[in-house]
Amino acid sequence: MPEETYHHQGENLPPETHNDQRVLSEQDAKRYWKANLSLLTKLLTVWFAVSFGCGILFVDWLDQFSFFGFKLGFWFAQQGAIYMFVALIFIYTWRMQVIDREFGIDDEQR
Amino acid sequence: MTTQMLTYLSVGASFALYIAIAIWSRAGSTKDFYVAGGGVHPLVNGMATAADWMSAASFISMAGIIAFMGRDGAVYLMGWTGGYVLLALLLAPYLRKFGRFTVPDFIGERYYSRAARIVAVVCLIFVSFTYVAGQMRGVGIVFSRFLEVDVNTGVIIGMAIVFMYAVLGGMKGITYTQVAQYCVLLFAYMVPAVFISIMITDNPVPQLGFGSMVADGSLSDDGSSISVLQKLDYVLLDLGFGAYTEGAKSTMDVFAITAALMFGTAGLPHVLVRFFTVPKVSDARLSAGYALVFIAIVYTTAPAVASFARLNLVDTVHNTPYEQAPEWFSTWQETGLVDWEDKNDDGLMQYSATDANEITIDRDIIVLANPEIAGLPGWVVALVAAGGVAAALSTAAGLLLVISSAVSHDLLKQTLMPAISDKQELLFARIAAAVAVCVAGLFGIYPPAFVAQVVAFAFGLAASSLFPALLMGIFSKRINKEGAITGMLIGLIFTFTYIVYFKFVAPEFNSAEYWLLGISPEGIGFIGMLLNFASAYGISRVTAPPPVEVQNMVEDIRIPVGAGIAHQH
Repeated sequence: MPEETYHHQGENLPPETHNDQRVLSEQDAKRYWKANLSLLTKLLTVWFAVSFGCGILFVDWLDQFSFFGFKLGFWFAQQGAIYMFVALIFIYTWRMQVIDREFGIDDEQR
Repeated sequence: MTTQMLTYLSVGASFALYIAIAIWSRAGSTKDFYVAGGGVHPLVNGMATAADWMSAASFISMAGIIAFMGRDGAVYLMGWTGGYVLLALLLAPYLRKFGRFTVPDFIGERYYSRAARIVAVVCLIFVSFTYVAGQMRGVGIVFSRFLEVDVNTGVIIGMAIVFMYAVLGGMKGITYTQVAQYCVLLFAYMVPAVFISIMITDNPVPQLGFGSMVADGSLSDDGSSISVLQKLDYVLLDLGFGAYTEGAKSTMDVFAITAALMFGTAGLPHVLVRFFTVPKVSDARLSAGYALVFIAIVYTTAPAVASFARLNLVDTVHNTPYEQAPEWFSTWQETGLVDWEDKNDDGLMQYSATDANEITIDRDIIVLANPEIAGLPGWVVALVAAGGVAAALSTAAGLLLVISSAVSHDLLKQTLMPAISDKQELLFARIAAAVAVCVAGLFGIYPPAFVAQVVAFAFGLAASSLFPALLMGIFSKRINKEGAITGMLIGLIFTFTYIVYFKFVAPEFNSAEYWLLGISPEGIGFIGMLLNFASAYGISRVTAPPPVEVQNMVEDIRIPVGAGIAHQH
């Protein structure tokens, strides 16, 4: 068996992927990927800022502020970052849905 | 009814529920066994992922560790939740589009190489077995304390239950039992937390409670009322400890540990494989969000439980005559996890950061003993026992499943015996699951002395080996098999060597002055990951690009619908 052989018995593909044709032109595929990457960059910047930024690197500085009875840096480290993580995933889900729809590749409608 | 009876009742009832679900959801094909037929609703998958994820370590140990670490405990809170953002944004949707059954499936096909698949299988088995050993131990601790059976009997009962639903039901059985286990463990975690929050602060929401004013009327030096965390800072400083809300670890180390746990989370096979079970790509995204919501409920409560527990501990134990020690102190003393030595012969129990300290408390008991420390009724104690078992069993089952599918699917079907039929593969999967359960049980009965320490292994190794290979496989078309295999091996070997050296070979050097860049073995997976990325990139630049079919496959998995060239065979 050569290493390059693919075998896909019993594959577990999403139901709408069994039509064997490209759904996006090469150009649209590039634009779609770019839109995706720009969304990822924004969201991951926030991800880094709330956890590594507020919860670790600037935690001592933020501790001078008080927030609902907590020192602000401490709150980010033990509470706030987690709430932001949840929000980020749902924002991503929602924005990706919008982008998918724009390119006509929203799998909800198939 | 006694607490003992209630505990038997609640643990017994939860077991009956799990077995009933196992019988109802037997697996009929390899697709059922590996990915629950690929038709799991995203909400259900989210809940199952949460139970899968929250192990005995999360349920039993985490709040205790935070209680003793103070602010530095945030490495676990952020590290074990932040990884889900990476999972949802960078891996889950693409792996779902790719389809197939296992994580080594992706690595093997993306890097067009059986060697890459085998390296991935080795990483997976190592990561999963180190992790599962701790789960079986957790079951043992709960059984020995609450059901007063021998630890070994406890492990065997736990094994029998996991055997029932993992071997019979595969992923399908596991998914639905994990939903039930999530409900049990959530309820068991939240009820005592809410009670204790009300007792200490009058605020029923623990997340807000530990920033609220204490209800016992304690005042600060200038006569104003103080919050739980402020009181904790005063009390601990008074006893010679560091302030609870300030860190003791270096910023560099906190950064590296958090990063290793986050990237490790995103690279854990038993979590990744859960996203193969939902019907669509958009479901994979949504499902990660639900999973994190279910996890966050517990993870935002844990730091509150930690601070309440530490405060309660000092209040009820420090300077109390031993004869009047609370009942929980003597019950836990029997297990050897709590101890008191009257160094100054005054009959009082002194708790202090100095040599005068007379009390030793194992961190693992904080959550389990918390309801007793707070004097909550027997049924709450019983509930916590059932929750601890649920957390340990659900994670153990998820881990055993990825081990068995790596053996039957990646090692046998895809590598050694490609001719076997679906039925035979299913049989091998069941046999592999059965063997894995027995090996895990042996780990529980003869625990390696380093169970607590190997947790660092699982995350560090996942971060330094699997995560970069998966990420680059999706986001780069240029990374080839030479690069990926070298990267995985360098990351794995570097991280493994560093941890083994400081934990086992030369533990006397395990302190900040000898560490590379001041990074402890817990955080070194982060550096291993960077080495993996760098070497994979470098090697790929100087070797031939991947074949065009593979580049087309990468294009294809980036688009949620439609099919590309990858499966036109």
